[in-house]
Amino acid sequence: MAPLPSAAAPDAPVIEVENLSCAYESSVVLKDVTFQVSRGEIFFVIGGSGCGKSTLLRNLVGLHHPVGGSVKFFGVPFGAPDSAARRALLQTFGVLFQGGALWTSLTLRQNIALPLEEFTALSRREINEIAGLKLAQVGLGGFEDYFPSEISGGMRKRAGLARALALDPAVVFFDEPSAGLDPVTSRKLDELIMQVRDTFGTTIVVVSHELASIFSIADRVIMLDRVHKGIIAEGRPRELALQSRDSRVTEFLRRGDLLTTP
Amino acid sequence: MPATSETASAQAIAQMAGDALEVTLTGAWQITAERPAWRQVLGAAQPGRVRLKAERVERWDTSLLLFLFEVQEWCRVTGAYCDVDALPEKIRTLLSQLAVAHETSVPFDRSESFLTAVGNASLDTVVKARAYSRFVGECVLGAVRLIRRPQKFRWRDCVHEMQQCGAMALPIVSLISFLVGVTLAYTGAIVLRQYGGDIYIADLIGLSMVREMGAVMTAVVIAGRTGAAFAATIGNMKANEEIDALESLGIPTVQFLVFPRIVALGIMMPLLTLYADALGILGGMAVALGLLRIPPAAYWTEMLTIVDLSDLWVGVIKATTFGLIIGLSGCLRGLQAERSAAGVGRAATSAVVTALLLLVIADAIYAVLFNILGW
Repeated sequence: MAPLPSAAAPDAPVIEVENLSCAYESSVVLKDVTFQVSRGEIFFVIGGSGCGKSTLLRNLVGLHHPVGGSVKFFGVPFGAPDSAARRALLQTFGVLFQGGALWTSLTLRQNIALPLEEFTALSRREINEIAGLKLAQVGLGGFEDYFPSEISGGMRKRAGLARALALDPAVVFFDEPSAGLDPVTSRKLDELIMQVRDTFGTTIVVVSHELASIFSIADRVIMLDRVHKGIIAEGRPRELALQSRDSRVTEFLRRGDLLTTP
Repeated sequence: MPATSETASAQAIAQMAGDALEVTLTGAWQITAERPAWRQVLGAAQPGRVRLKAERVERWDTSLLLFLFEVQEWCRVTGAYCDVDALPEKIRTLLSQLAVAHETSVPFDRSESFLTAVGNASLDTVVKARAYSRFVGECVLGAVRLIRRPQKFRWRDCVHEMQQCGAMALPIVSLISFLVGVTLAYTGAIVLRQYGGDIYIADLIGLSMVREMGAVMTAVVIAGRTGAAFAATIGNMKANEEIDALESLGIPTVQFLVFPRIVALGIMMPLLTLYADALGILGGMAVALGLLRIPPAAYWTEMLTIVDLSDLWVGVIKATTFGLIIGLSGCLRGLQAERSAAGVGRAATSAVVTALLLLVIADAIYAVLFNILGW
């Protein structure tokens, strides 16, 4: 895993969000959001469309700047843009964007090699070995020299995951990993997420409203609400679905017969 | 687990036991930090067997796998037995995945022979010419349909495009045209002063700007500014499946996206050219006054002796043609763009190159044609 900044506290929660408020110009999307994510946890941010899930993710990874509150990783404040602390922390993140966000002018191998070239002193041969391994881990062995435009949407997403894992990050963020995927591919991606966590103890944060994924791999979830502009429920998904007294939560989590499946 | 600065760095300690070398791995193995090199760990030893084990490994990642893979490769080459049984199962699983990935990773050869490249380029040229012809044909048929049902024309889009490619282009067209007039005047003055024909600078500038330079320079500016913008916009729409959405609704792409742009350019190009002519003449007039001491009234009177309405028409006809060429090239390249960011960039470049190439060809054809017609 990429080393953490020297100020990192080993026993601190991986992510600490306190009173976070996010807005686009004058429109407030989230207000006073507070939660923590522990080491090795698979943590889901769920909620209906437009509730601010992706906004929260963009604020967590530094693509958007919160209007209030604080975010700490391993006890270290995320810091101002372009600060050394932030740059050091960013190397410990991996992000899988909705469409994979692969660089289209580079082959899959080059996509994975780029962060390794930037942040490690590995030789070209070793970087190629890692790229091959990462692609094999996501089931794309043999596709190293393909361009993103030459593979399917599901494959692009898996390649995006391979790139997100290139630096063996301590935390991996997923933005709607199941969007646009068939159930089988979606389930395989869930298995991959589990495998990454179990192998390296990686902390996983997933933004999703895919119930099958939520019930099969989430350790804990927070549910956001568009009207409330914040968290309306927090806990284990099965317990929330069965015990919550909030109709918004039960309505969201009790769709279909997913609860009856083991 | 994540390490702090106090974490011990990666270490591989080797110890000979008979003909076997026992390698103990300890510390934190991180991809972004240095790791021991197998050659240094091995030293001068030539073991027949290498036994690997992990003790007090605080955290590990692909860095450890790379080291183990290096050991395995050395064993394979030297014929030594590599014993990994003492390693945790997770590490052994990933190590076997790395070995499989190494074996299956065969570089994809995209190179092609010279003859193949020439053949493909020739075929590509034919395909592109055919595509351009088909597109022009579609536009003509679409125009006929539109004449029958003019209410279908998207005037609002057309006016918006007219503003974008016309009014918004005025500053750059002004600057370029004025400077072209200045440059032409300075160049012409070198020769004309030698023969005492200073006053003929007005004829040179007037005729050059109205018949040729006004239309050509405006077209070059608009090809770079608007042609590329058309290709990028339409290419991006294609990448976002907006074009597919239009087609799935049965809305002709040509009618919806292409006509408003082509009509806008067809209207604005002659107007911009007339404006460019005026600015170019003004530039020449300024040089004539400053350098050759020719009063503006004399300059104007002299110019009118050689420039007549037919010259103005020549420029306007050329400008309209150039506008249609730029519009068609931009829209066609946008519609042909690949569905990626790089594809959109290539489409914009290709639109400008295509437009400039066709502009020069059209200009040459007009030169011959007007000569024959005696215009």
